[in-house]
Amino acid sequence: MALLEIRNLTRRFGDFTAIDNISISIESGEFFTLLGPSGCGKTTLLRMIAGFDLPDAGQILLDGKDMANIPPEKRPIHTVFQSYALFPHMTVSENIAFPLKMAGSAPDQINSRVKEALDDVRLSNLGARFPQELSGGQRQRVAFARGLINRPRLLLLDEPLGALDAKLREEMQIELINLQKERGVTFVFITHAQNEALALSHRIAVMNQGKVEQLDAPSRIYSFPKNRFVADFIGKISIMNAQVLEASPSHLRLSVAGLGEVTAPSKDGVKPRDTGVLAIRPEQVRITHHTEEVELKNNFTGKVQGFLYVGDVTTYIVELPNGARIEALLPNSAPGSAQFFETGDSVTVSWRQDAGTFLND
Amino acid sequence: MIRNGAKENRVTKWLVSGPPLVFLLVFFVTPSLIMLFTSLRFPGEFGGLAPIISPTEAAQGEHGLTLETYQLFFSDILYAEVFLKSFIVASTSTLICLIMAYPLALLIARSEKRFRNLMVLLVVLPFASNFLIRIYAWMIILGPESVFSHFINGVLSAFGVAPVTLLFSPFAVIVGMVYVYLPFMVLPLYTNLEKHDPALLDAAQDLGANAWQRFWHVTWPLSLPGVFSGSVLVFIPVLGMFAVPDILGGTGDILIGNLIKDQFLGTRDWPFGSTLSIMLTLAVLAITALSTWLARPASITKG
Repeated sequence: MALLEIRNLTRRFGDFTAIDNISISIESGEFFTLLGPSGCGKTTLLRMIAGFDLPDAGQILLDGKDMANIPPEKRPIHTVFQSYALFPHMTVSENIAFPLKMAGSAPDQINSRVKEALDDVRLSNLGARFPQELSGGQRQRVAFARGLINRPRLLLLDEPLGALDAKLREEMQIELINLQKERGVTFVFITHAQNEALALSHRIAVMNQGKVEQLDAPSRIYSFPKNRFVADFIGKISIMNAQVLEASPSHLRLSVAGLGEVTAPSKDGVKPRDTGVLAIRPEQVRITHHTEEVELKNNFTGKVQGFLYVGDVTTYIVELPNGARIEALLPNSAPGSAQFFETGDSVTVSWRQDAGTFLND
Repeated sequence: MIRNGAKENRVTKWLVSGPPLVFLLVFFVTPSLIMLFTSLRFPGEFGGLAPIISPTEAAQGEHGLTLETYQLFFSDILYAEVFLKSFIVASTSTLICLIMAYPLALLIARSEKRFRNLMVLLVVLPFASNFLIRIYAWMIILGPESVFSHFINGVLSAFGVAPVTLLFSPFAVIVGMVYVYLPFMVLPLYTNLEKHDPALLDAAQDLGANAWQRFWHVTWPLSLPGVFSGSVLVFIPVLGMFAVPDILGGTGDILIGNLIKDQFLGTRDWPFGSTLSIMLTLAVLAITALSTWLARPASITKG
């Protein structure tokens, strides 16, 4: 049985539908992420799981038990809020002890558990400090410790890394993965940062306009986006209009206007004469000098329009004869040289036949 | 450049804070010193003050400086009793104001933003009419022939209790005080409660706190600075108030304020009146210092 089961959940605010008939089931021990742009309904969904908001239709079951009439304080679910919501009038220890105190635990038990929790998040000597006296990363860890101390069935995390700078954020991501593994507590994480979702999660539900667009493992979501929204939202991708010429079980033959024929991996439900787009990731596109021999069948010549040097890799933007632009990613493996191609160079772009995805309109 | 800027800053600082400082110096510090001096002089034969003449002459009569009034204050238990009674009335009024104002302030702070200003306006609306008129109105409300008195006595007689007189009693004094000073408690409380981050209450609830626990462990401790400033704003003026006990209190309900007023306007013993005022000022300063210390940032964290 799934730990958390969301069945046909709907929530409306006036004539705006924030959550539109969503069904998700989350297994025990999972690191599950709700990913989507702001306003997609992920926060509303989180608040309903926590109990702060009630659905207009549908059910939320935890361990098979309907949560409809159970207030937030009685649900074995804790939340790490975006602002951390640490109590400013309590010390770090008192903050972490709060859930145990509310549950009526014995004082000596509270003390030993809090000490343990402080050690776990490497804040052993800061127990007597007030939250205002801590750095962002330390506050974050206090919030995690407080949320986990009385072993909830489910920990909800509402963009907890949003307020941190990039470097600290990466550190905290690793810490978060370890914390979840150690405790075995099921995490439901919400974020609008796709790289964060890909790095942390076992499974991701990509949400848009109150609906789940795709629910899958991170690598599946990235490599096989189900539709144009998911393809666009997750990672970088180049998109070209295409029409299906031939659909066989092994591959698709596509016609790209002004370019010619492209072979793409086969996909269920695609028929000849279907129109849509061919989507391809920059790292799947090889870029070579136009004079070089290319053994891949999907190859086209173009002109370098510009490039984006970010240190480890350079992204080249290549304009194809049909006017479409395709991005190609090249690792900067040769030390000292920032780029291999200049703007205006004639190049050949090519990709494997099993790369790229055809997405129906 | 930086030096110039710093200098300019200092000039601006004095230009801004100078006028109020001068005002306080002239109209608060100076009178306080005059009062202190007056308390050390002898009263004149027909009120006012005896003239000060040379010490040799003074030795023969009552014309120098003296601590007599302070001796008088500490020698008669009556004055300590009046002080004690005033403190009891002031603390009771403050406590009742707090109990009445807290739910009201909480209600305003938690209601929709667009209604808040209107509600605050309603709280301060009584100030629009004259203070004395409002106190006299209570005289009518609490009077023996009023509907209110009849109702109270009706209820009391139903339980077999003899009828009571509401007016000219400590009860009437406290009702008047609470009525006048309630807004002074509501406003600082509201200002504090309005700033609380609602996420903290969500977090508390999420972590297992029921409604009472959320109030006791989150809202109340965070509101203590507001509770303290409201209490000081009510307690201190009630302590010195003489109009309310004059109008609503009985002959036995004299408070410090009445005592001081009588020294200046009745007995015309200015030195003793000044002594009483100084003792009151000292008491108020002690209380302010104590409450500031209790409300210090280390023990109660401001938002």
